[in-house]
Amino acid sequence: MSRHNNFKEKLIHGLFFFNGLLVILVLAGIFALLVANALPAFKEIRVGQFLFSAAWNPTATFTAPSYGILSMLVSTLMVSAGALIIAVPLGIAAAAYLSDVASKRVREIAKPIVEILAGVPSVIIGFLGIVLVGPIIARIFHLSNGLNALNGSILLAIMALPTIISLSEDALNGVPKSFQEASLALGATHWQTLVRVKIPAALSGIIAASMLGMGRAIGETMTVLMATGCAIAMPKSFLQSVQTMTATIAIELGEVPYNTTHYYALFGIGLVLFIITFIVNMISDIVLHRYQRVYK
Amino acid sequence: MKAKQIQENLGFNFLRLSICVVICALIIILYDIVSKGIGVINWKFLTSMPKNGMTEGGILPAIVGTILVTLITALLAIPLGMGCAVYLNEYAADSKLTRLIRMAIRNLSGVPSIVYGLFGVILFVQMMRLGTCVLSSGLTLGLMTLPWTITASEEALKNVPNSYRQGALALGATKWQSIKTNVLPYAVPGMLTGTILGLSRAAGETAPILFTGAAFFLPRLPGSLFDQFMALPYHLYVMSTQHHAISKVRPIAYGTALVLIALVFAMNLCAVIIRYRLRKARTE
Repeated sequence: MSRHNNFKEKLIHGLFFFNGLLVILVLAGIFALLVANALPAFKEIRVGQFLFSAAWNPTATFTAPSYGILSMLVSTLMVSAGALIIAVPLGIAAAAYLSDVASKRVREIAKPIVEILAGVPSVIIGFLGIVLVGPIIARIFHLSNGLNALNGSILLAIMALPTIISLSEDALNGVPKSFQEASLALGATHWQTLVRVKIPAALSGIIAASMLGMGRAIGETMTVLMATGCAIAMPKSFLQSVQTMTATIAIELGEVPYNTTHYYALFGIGLVLFIITFIVNMISDIVLHRYQRVYK
Repeated sequence: MKAKQIQENLGFNFLRLSICVVICALIIILYDIVSKGIGVINWKFLTSMPKNGMTEGGILPAIVGTILVTLITALLAIPLGMGCAVYLNEYAADSKLTRLIRMAIRNLSGVPSIVYGLFGVILFVQMMRLGTCVLSSGLTLGLMTLPWTITASEEALKNVPNSYRQGALALGATKWQSIKTNVLPYAVPGMLTGTILGLSRAAGETAPILFTGAAFFLPRLPGSLFDQFMALPYHLYVMSTQHHAISKVRPIAYGTALVLIALVFAMNLCAVIIRYRLRKARTE
């Protein structure tokens, strides 16, 4: 082989290597730029006040502006938790149906439907929250409008479902056949095998799937922006309008001048959001890998 | 024995009910949008500018804007995504660094879209001084699509049998020659399938373009990549929450929603067709 050829090979290898490194660079870059743009805010705001005060009023004119994100943090967690309460049982049941009960033909119809649902843009789900889910909620609970935390939870559940279903199904399919055969041979019914053997065996995969669904729900912007009514206040019930962290960024970043404390504080919210989703994803990752190790 | 059977029947019916709920959700979404949007759609709606404060006219600039921005997304995400996948599947050893790269990919796919928007504002709009424009938005969406593209491309590379690589290497080909002639040609259709799915998700995203270039109302087509633009998802958001006469423009909002969903599904359909042909070719 000529030296020229050898050099070319190394060059190409190097190029692909840098391409691979780029991913780490992007992740580190996102974190670094968020930190760099959030830090100036903390010249004026104390960190404790930022995280644990519920008063968010950056444009106060007569009093000093306040920058507390607690009510948004609680709103975000509440809407996401509501979404999970709906989506996790439904998602696991649907996954169990697809992996254990459905005939091959039903599965071939149902699986693309789940994929299509995953592809519906979030802004469309949010739009339906306004025109469809909102009025229904308003009628059931006799409210003036249905734009509240419950609406957001229902919509986020729809958005988290495809993730939870397809990953839980993978987890259920990953349970070794011998487990199922052993259970059936001992005289257990199909249902007993599913509930007492397969689902417990796939539990870590199912938990990981639910965590990923939660990560998506926490980070979702347009749906909650459009459907939850957007009123900053400490949420007391699911029938109250709330404003999540993502919605606050979306509403206020467009209106605030660059390089003001308010502007930096919005990046502070972004940083908190990044850290929360990062932790949720890491936990789901760790749970998933432990599960894979068990059956190898 | 009978109690067991009753329990099983009840259980399975509960599972059946769950999948029905999921399917119903999709049917309701599609039915509502299609039934109320279809009446608005005609040639004029698709090819004219918005008029009278967006209460009349069409959505042409939003359609063009979304397509343009998706093209830029593709230009960034396809080569970088495929390159990273080739590195991971063909070159990388199972080292700490490789595991770090994989961890980064999984985390990137979990970063909220609005955080990508913030990143785009700092990096492209401010630091690179591109301003709020088509290019900034496209690049931001490109970075967001990258982890999906990589995962899909790697999946396609894994499906190429190892004997193809070994055959080329045994005949004296270099590593790159074997990848170029014996791996990529078989992997590219599969890579495209996943990539198009990723792009269709990017086309429907709103949060990353909110501050990087999408315009509230701009009744002309973008003249260059450094212009602001209208986009279908942002237009739908504006028409359903920000407009001063929301009930009056509701039909336009439904029309916009239908066009957006049709665009996204058309891209999905492309991907499905490629995948179908691929499977057929493999079984033959």
